[in-house]
Amino acid sequence: MSEHSKPERSQANRHREGRGGEVTDERAESEGRATPSEEGTSRLKGRPEPAERSEAIRHAVAVIGRATFLAAVLGFFALPLLWLATAPFDARPGITVSVPEFTLRNFQALLDNPYALTSLRNSLIQAGGSAVLVVTLAALAAYALSRARVPGRDALLYVLLLLSSVVTGTAAMVPLFELATRLGLIDTHLGVVLTLSGGLLPAAIFIMKDFMDGTPTSYEESARVFGASSGQILRHVVIPLVRPGLATIAVWAVANVWGSFLQPFILLRDPDKAPGAVILYTLYTEGGAPRLDLISTFSLLYSLPVVVMYVFVSRRYGFRFHGGIKS
Amino acid sequence: MIALRGLTKEFPGGVRALDGLDLEIADGEFFALLGPSGCGKTTLLRTIAGLETPTSGNIWIGGTEVTSVPPGKRDVAMVFQDYALFPHMDVTANIAYPLRIRKVPRSRREARAAETASRLSLSELLSRRPGQLSGGQQQRVALARAVACHPRAFLFDEPLSNLDARLRLEARTFLKRLQRELAVTTVFVTHDQGEALALADRIAVMSAGRFTQVGTPTEVFQRPANTFTAAFIGSTPMNLLPGTAGDGALRVAGAVLPLPGGVPDGPIVYGVRPEYMDLSPTPRADAFAGKVAVVENLGTAHLVTLESREHLIQAVVPEGAEPSAGTAAWAVPRPGRGLVYRDDRLVSPSPANGENR
Repeated sequence: MSEHSKPERSQANRHREGRGGEVTDERAESEGRATPSEEGTSRLKGRPEPAERSEAIRHAVAVIGRATFLAAVLGFFALPLLWLATAPFDARPGITVSVPEFTLRNFQALLDNPYALTSLRNSLIQAGGSAVLVVTLAALAAYALSRARVPGRDALLYVLLLLSSVVTGTAAMVPLFELATRLGLIDTHLGVVLTLSGGLLPAAIFIMKDFMDGTPTSYEESARVFGASSGQILRHVVIPLVRPGLATIAVWAVANVWGSFLQPFILLRDPDKAPGAVILYTLYTEGGAPRLDLISTFSLLYSLPVVVMYVFVSRRYGFRFHGGIKS
Repeated sequence: MIALRGLTKEFPGGVRALDGLDLEIADGEFFALLGPSGCGKTTLLRTIAGLETPTSGNIWIGGTEVTSVPPGKRDVAMVFQDYALFPHMDVTANIAYPLRIRKVPRSRREARAAETASRLSLSELLSRRPGQLSGGQQQRVALARAVACHPRAFLFDEPLSNLDARLRLEARTFLKRLQRELAVTTVFVTHDQGEALALADRIAVMSAGRFTQVGTPTEVFQRPANTFTAAFIGSTPMNLLPGTAGDGALRVAGAVLPLPGGVPDGPIVYGVRPEYMDLSPTPRADAFAGKVAVVENLGTAHLVTLESREHLIQAVVPEGAEPSAGTAAWAVPRPGRGLVYRDDRLVSPSPANGENR
């Protein structure tokens, strides 16, 4: 998963652990209350028990220590997110988190930038296009690879997987640029979509094949005996069975493309076609200082679609990496 | 009617799963393919369904040759061992699926699904998903799906093997009644000889891609044509003992038994089921002497294993009559129940031709 889903996940963690911390605090408090009363009773009985008391103190120290540690860790992860949440609404954002002087002017300023909103639309086009292409091709290829006996199939898959890091890697950028120029794909969404999809496909096929392998062939054979054609088998049986896999691949492809910087940066000259990741890089003053007001605001807008998609798909399908349905 | 002529299937790598099979299955017959795993019975069923293409030979279904006809056009319905119910469809959609493929309008196919379901007492479950059904219910939905498309033949691949033992008995009776009512030619595969004996009109016993015997359950049980069939059929394996025929008698593992008519002199294998043996506490010439090694409780009877020099001999004795382990005993085959094999073929005459006393 790319870096863009990480904020979401750590946010969820923070939330859960935060709640856990509260619970521990409550427990610590109640135990703290319980100890003096116990001491009271023991004093009434005239029999002080030092062992019991030191035990209680040790326990309290452990609880406080654990809470402090958790708070430190949480703070470490929460601060950047807090910055992302507050800075866009701050009249004078810095690189520190502070209570904002509330304003929506930053959004106004961002909308005045001619490329900000178009870049998000471009990101959507490129991510959506790549996801559709990757899911379609990966599903078909994985189905074929899973069902047909192809000699050297596993070797082929591993070689593809190995090469995929080269295809979209920095090392291949010059030949890729050359290729895109000759094909007339410079400055087109298609060029970006094809390049990024090419890099994602091998891993996508690999994951999808695992889903396909986990689906017994008897479903398809049963449909075949009832007279279903190959197309009908694919539509009625195979695709519904591997739907969680398709969802996983789609989300993964979108998140990857959404966060890609280098390929669109090189393949697109026209800022009208540049995606969010590239436009984010242009939000500097002429002197080269970062415009924190614009960067923070844009970062927030830029992260939201991926977070929303992640939550939606996770609710709807759930992410399962072993999608075989038990019979 | 289903007919096979010289059907051969060779898998890549040279494994002969089916080896020149000839067979005719009559209309409305309940036919069992029985054999141990790896004998080719499932391959044969899949070849009849069209999921495997034979290397050579021909298949006819209902008088038309279907050897190269794709599975969907053969007008057969198959029930798979794992039932292959589509997990994303409810029971109605599953039962109606074959009709959906035939482009029957939705209202008509759902009506037919409901009608078939009520016949198999599934009416309460129509809107459930397969995952919400018990094993027995899933099996009936799979049957209903096969029934709903009114095929020329049913093909069942181990239809009862995924059920637990008690349910299996119930489902077996149900299956037999359903097949009688529908009177559709049915071929089913099983490795359970009890199931084959109970359900089938005729059984083909298979081994290594060939039929070792084809016959009614009674024939196959009482007169297994060779030692493989003899050892495979029966809930307790048949005693098969080497011996010689000569001088008007059979000499088998220390016993001298009467020679059935028509058995030539020479080496033979003598077979007798443990159920057709009696134990005698005193020595007898026509008995296998041995020491009781194991006594197994079968409920209404006991299976006694005797150790007799190099052989193990088993006998089933009624409850209350079982000897204790370690004592000497003599196992006497009942007259007329012994079978004599020579060169792995049954040579003792059938009772109709002259009882062997």
